[in-house]
Amino acid sequence: EIHIKEPIEKEVNPHLLPGELLLCEASTVYKYIQEDGSNRGTYGKLVCTNFKIAFLDDDSSSDDNEPQFKNKIVGENDITLQCVDQIYGVYDEKKKLLTGQLRKYPEKLIIYCKDLRVFHFCLRYTKEEEVKRIVSGIVHHSQTPKLLKRLFLFSYASAAPNNTDGRNQTVMFDTLEDWRDELERTKGNVKYKAVTTNEGYRVSEKLPLYFVVPICVSEESILKYEGRGIPIWCWSCHNGAALLKMSAFPKEQDDSTSQMQKAFLDGIYKTISKPPYELLKTDDLSSSLPSLQDIQTAYTRFKQLFLIDNSTDFWATDVKWFSLLESTNWLEIIRRVLKKAIEVAECLERQHTNVLLIEESATDLCCVISSLVQVMMDSYSRTKSGFQSLIQKEWVIGGHGFLDRCNHLHKSDKEEAPVFLLLLNCVWQLVQQYPPAFEFTETYLTVLSDSLYVPIFSTFFFNSQHQKDTNMSGESLKTQSGPFRFLTVWDWSVQFDPKAQAFLNNPLYAEKPKPDKSQRKTARFKHQRQFSLPLTQTKPSTKRGFFREETDHLIKNILGKTIGKFINSSDEPPNSFREFYDSWHSKPVDYHGLLLPRIDGPEIKVWAQRYLRWIPEAQLHGGGTIATAAKILDLMEEVQSLQVKMDEEHSQAISRDVHSVPMLRNSARLSSLFPFALLQRQSIKPALPTSTWKDLEDEDDLVKRDDEFVDLSGDMS
Amino acid sequence: LKDGTNWEQNEEIPRLPGETRVTDKEVIYMCPFNGPVKGRVYITNYRLYLRSVENDPVVTLNVPLGVISRVEKMGGASSRGENSYGLDITCKDMRNLRFALKQEGHSRRDIFEVLTKYAFPQSHNLLFFAFVNEEKFSENGWMVYNPMSEYRRQGLPNERWRVTFINEHYGLCDTYPSLLVVPYNATDDDLKKVAAFRSRNRIPVLSWIHPETQAVIMRCSQPLVGMSGKRNKDDERYLDIIREANGQISKLTIYDARPNVNAVANKATGGGYEGEDAYPNAELFFLDIHNIHVMRESLKKLKDIVYPNVEESHWLSSLESTHWLEHIKLVLTGAIQVADKVSSERNSVLVHCSDGWDRTAQLTSLAMLMLDSYYRTIEGFEVLVQKEWISFGHKFASRIGHGDKNHADADRSPIFLQFIDCVWQMSKQFPTAFEFNEQFLITILDHLYSCRFGTFLYNSEFLREKEKVTEKTLSLWSLINSEKSKYTNPFYTKELNRALYPVASMRHLELWVNYYIRWNPRIRQQQPNPVEQRYMELLALRDDYIRRLEELQITNNSKISNSSASSASPSQMMSQVQTHF
Repeated sequence: EIHIKEPIEKEVNPHLLPGELLLCEASTVYKYIQEDGSNRGTYGKLVCTNFKIAFLDDDSSSDDNEPQFKNKIVGENDITLQCVDQIYGVYDEKKKLLTGQLRKYPEKLIIYCKDLRVFHFCLRYTKEEEVKRIVSGIVHHSQTPKLLKRLFLFSYASAAPNNTDGRNQTVMFDTLEDWRDELERTKGNVKYKAVTTNEGYRVSEKLPLYFVVPICVSEESILKYEGRGIPIWCWSCHNGAALLKMSAFPKEQDDSTSQMQKAFLDGIYKTISKPPYELLKTDDLSSSLPSLQDIQTAYTRFKQLFLIDNSTDFWATDVKWFSLLESTNWLEIIRRVLKKAIEVAECLERQHTNVLLIEESATDLCCVISSLVQVMMDSYSRTKSGFQSLIQKEWVIGGHGFLDRCNHLHKSDKEEAPVFLLLLNCVWQLVQQYPPAFEFTETYLTVLSDSLYVPIFSTFFFNSQHQKDTNMSGESLKTQSGPFRFLTVWDWSVQFDPKAQAFLNNPLYAEKPKPDKSQRKTARFKHQRQFSLPLTQTKPSTKRGFFREETDHLIKNILGKTIGKFINSSDEPPNSFREFYDSWHSKPVDYHGLLLPRIDGPEIKVWAQRYLRWIPEAQLHGGGTIATAAKILDLMEEVQSLQVKMDEEHSQAISRDVHSVPMLRNSARLSSLFPFALLQRQSIKPALPTSTWKDLEDEDDLVKRDDEFVDLSGDMS
Repeated sequence: LKDGTNWEQNEEIPRLPGETRVTDKEVIYMCPFNGPVKGRVYITNYRLYLRSVENDPVVTLNVPLGVISRVEKMGGASSRGENSYGLDITCKDMRNLRFALKQEGHSRRDIFEVLTKYAFPQSHNLLFFAFVNEEKFSENGWMVYNPMSEYRRQGLPNERWRVTFINEHYGLCDTYPSLLVVPYNATDDDLKKVAAFRSRNRIPVLSWIHPETQAVIMRCSQPLVGMSGKRNKDDERYLDIIREANGQISKLTIYDARPNVNAVANKATGGGYEGEDAYPNAELFFLDIHNIHVMRESLKKLKDIVYPNVEESHWLSSLESTHWLEHIKLVLTGAIQVADKVSSERNSVLVHCSDGWDRTAQLTSLAMLMLDSYYRTIEGFEVLVQKEWISFGHKFASRIGHGDKNHADADRSPIFLQFIDCVWQMSKQFPTAFEFNEQFLITILDHLYSCRFGTFLYNSEFLREKEKVTEKTLSLWSLINSEKSKYTNPFYTKELNRALYPVASMRHLELWVNYYIRWNPRIRQQQPNPVEQRYMELLALRDDYIRRLEELQITNNSKISNSSASSASPSQMMSQVQTHF
């Protein structure tokens, strides 16, 4: 059969999920293959549904090589409406941002996605009517403000058969029991208690139904300022020191109000400044870390570096790559956040000091820092279920405003900030620096970041537990099926079949030797507490009264929010951080213990898998980290089959805890973009820079010289 | 520096056979990372060794004198500040060493004189340590490279290419090896005529031939075109013969490694490039790689941002401002072009720069590394270095300044380091494609300076023969090949005939932290590499299973055969064992 590159009218229908409705479509759309300037591509149909924009390849049926890593919900050519970042139209070779009403319809459509894919669609061969419908449809459904209830989440939840329980190993923290277990696991229950004060959201709609506070804090105090000014427990370190967070009072103009608030805080600290509590340090994250606005600006610039139109673009930006990267400030923000987390870890671990993180709402940077500290200090958080439980605890139940921060409803650009992505980027730094310490892979983090934009899971589509709860009940005019049952993202089987899920498990993970099985069964907890360091004796505090002294400082800080860094402030030697950092790094790494990221300039890297995965020029044919990973997987497979053989030889039917190992065939020639991009270039033509040198102005005299000055003209005589 | 030296009994310092102690002195080592360290410094005819006297654990320094580029006195008799009087030693391997000494009794003068004398033997009429080294190795590294067998491996000579001995006594060109491969259709007389038109008589000769396309990589120096645009019929005809030798009618591609402007400027001193008029059957491209001075300055800037402290706040822009990775990118890009031309376009290529011993060597050797998987083995790489660099007259002595006190010599330049960096970049991008590991590359660089082996001494084969280097010194490859496992990459997967093109993009190029910043304890990478360690564990586990399984099968089989005499036949057992692989 000869393959003719001509439009073929063929009926291809989009694969629709339950509750998904086709809204508009256009045929004879030409999708460019983003590879070279050759304008190669395929014809197909472009459709827009209430869930996604999809390109249906006319000859997709002939494509029989099933990718090894496939998302069951979002296909290769699917873009969920929430995943659309920006849409550009091309008019006479000029790019123009498309937002609202359109007067003229473009001949080319470029869609930039939040997962960094770039799609180029040519509409020149499409009927004018269809162009109008599809372009305005796509722009309308993906770029204009939306009501929460119009999210696909709800249509899906009411139409989908609910047969997954989705709970798996992840602790959801939506019950009192979950919090009590967590307290027990971390031995925090001596000083902290889980409270039910917020049942019915009596205290605040921003706080979760259940949370944990110091034992001595009374219900009245919690109720007084809607939970503001109350230290809320995140986690307890093995030595008893706790990580706490607190939402600050908004800056008050009224003098008498601020006096009252001061008195209130004073009271709180008086109550808890008695034993068993230890020293407390406070850190106002809104003054010691970049603002959400800074983070948003940095990321906006940063991602732009990876949304590349073509090869020329790629090489043009390559020349000044490092300074471009630096000018975005994104890596510097990652570095500062990691540094802050180390500072907090130092207080907890070495100084045995409680740390209280303060932020206006305590749901943004507080989540980042508290999660990072736990990932660094509690090896349970480095397991898959532990990490997922952590995200539930600090983010989902903790009340991070995913809906606003991701701007899923296009309500306000001002609220948008990639705070959760910042956390994932920071965790990735740790994953790449200490591969054996994590049960999950960087691929796990990448697909988790992609899942932010898949509106069939409730996990990332509410601002708070309250918002989710109040929207659970189906609207009266809708079905009578009762409350919606949403899926959680942690049920990975929804997106990936078992074979693909295997790529989320790290083959290098150095599992902790398991305690005796019989003991484990009797244990009350779902998981084992894992100490980060051998228990050291809590040194008797010489500064018992410190807490009180700190209080004034603290109150000023909370009320006025003008005093800067508390950690590393005058009462602590300034190099204690450095000393802690250096001394930890001078010792061999215990992958089950405390883990500190290396934060010097060369150590902070770009998360290549997430950011470069769709760029063909960046592909290493048969190279990259996947090359060694594939060798390890091959060997593991061999070892496993040997194990099976051994068992057979023993003729004992012992069932083993065999982790499923991904099957990689022809692994030697995998693309470094694996498992994401499937652009295995057929030709092995190397990628060559098209623009290279820039002037070395400052070294002009050297540039002009020859290697060795010898007059050769004499030789000619 | 880790090396295989043995500690002699009752001695404080490691010593190689042939190494003798010269002096020792109490000093304070001004460690840039941990502050002043009180210790004793020992100087031998090979190394400077420091042992701390108070620290726990003991701090040591072990520096071959060959790495020293410059010794300076700091502070004078009147210097007041603590530890301000002493020596500042600049090293070629990206570090500086400072020692504070007592001001009394000319203590500094002695040590300064001893250091200068043994660090710069060439300037003091002394022998390199390599000539007194009495080490013994199980392998003889001088046997690694035999030009004749290397050409035979490539399938040469053949009906189109011949081996010529015209340079046997270095009469044609004193910076070329004695054995050369040239077109069959060019006579020795032709070669002599061509030599007159090529800078320093470095005529186009064959470096590598593609086993399938028969396209070749040739190397040479620039043509002596000069201001007046001179032409040379013999040279023109010779290039045409080369073009025709691969049986294709395509053009001959000439890669001039220099930037266009420099090639033009070279005309003023009698050099230049192949003009279109004179060479109508050739296409010429400039690869824009800068000269040795630019590279030297670039490395100097790199050192400034990584030693002693790593630039904190603006790491990326600082790194960019050194241009070091940009130069790496250009060299790799050039080599990719050369390799691709030969491999997919089937054109023969001619590579030159000005003299054809710096940029040319980088380009030909890297292109060969991309095209020929043999060079990606330990032995193959040794052959590659031996052939393209050492035998073809890369001026190691001038570029490194072995034993020479003239630290500011404009001839010095990190061209070979840059090449090794390019190789490292490739091995980083393709972690399973190279038989050798990072330690192999670092060891080569350490001994590029150490002067413990004869391998990198002198500028040409001619001079090395005159100094009887192979008779009187040891080869670096003896050290490496005697302990190969230390330098082997466990992930290596042998793949024949696979062209390996790195991506010469800043997105993939990285600073070689384990080399350039290795002295900084804060930056040190995890050793051993956890991924490698895990792989080794699995390998051991697999082997253990295989062994136990075989044992089990034997006992089971014997049980079976004891109970029922004829059950398991030997062939059945064989097939069982085979399925495990």
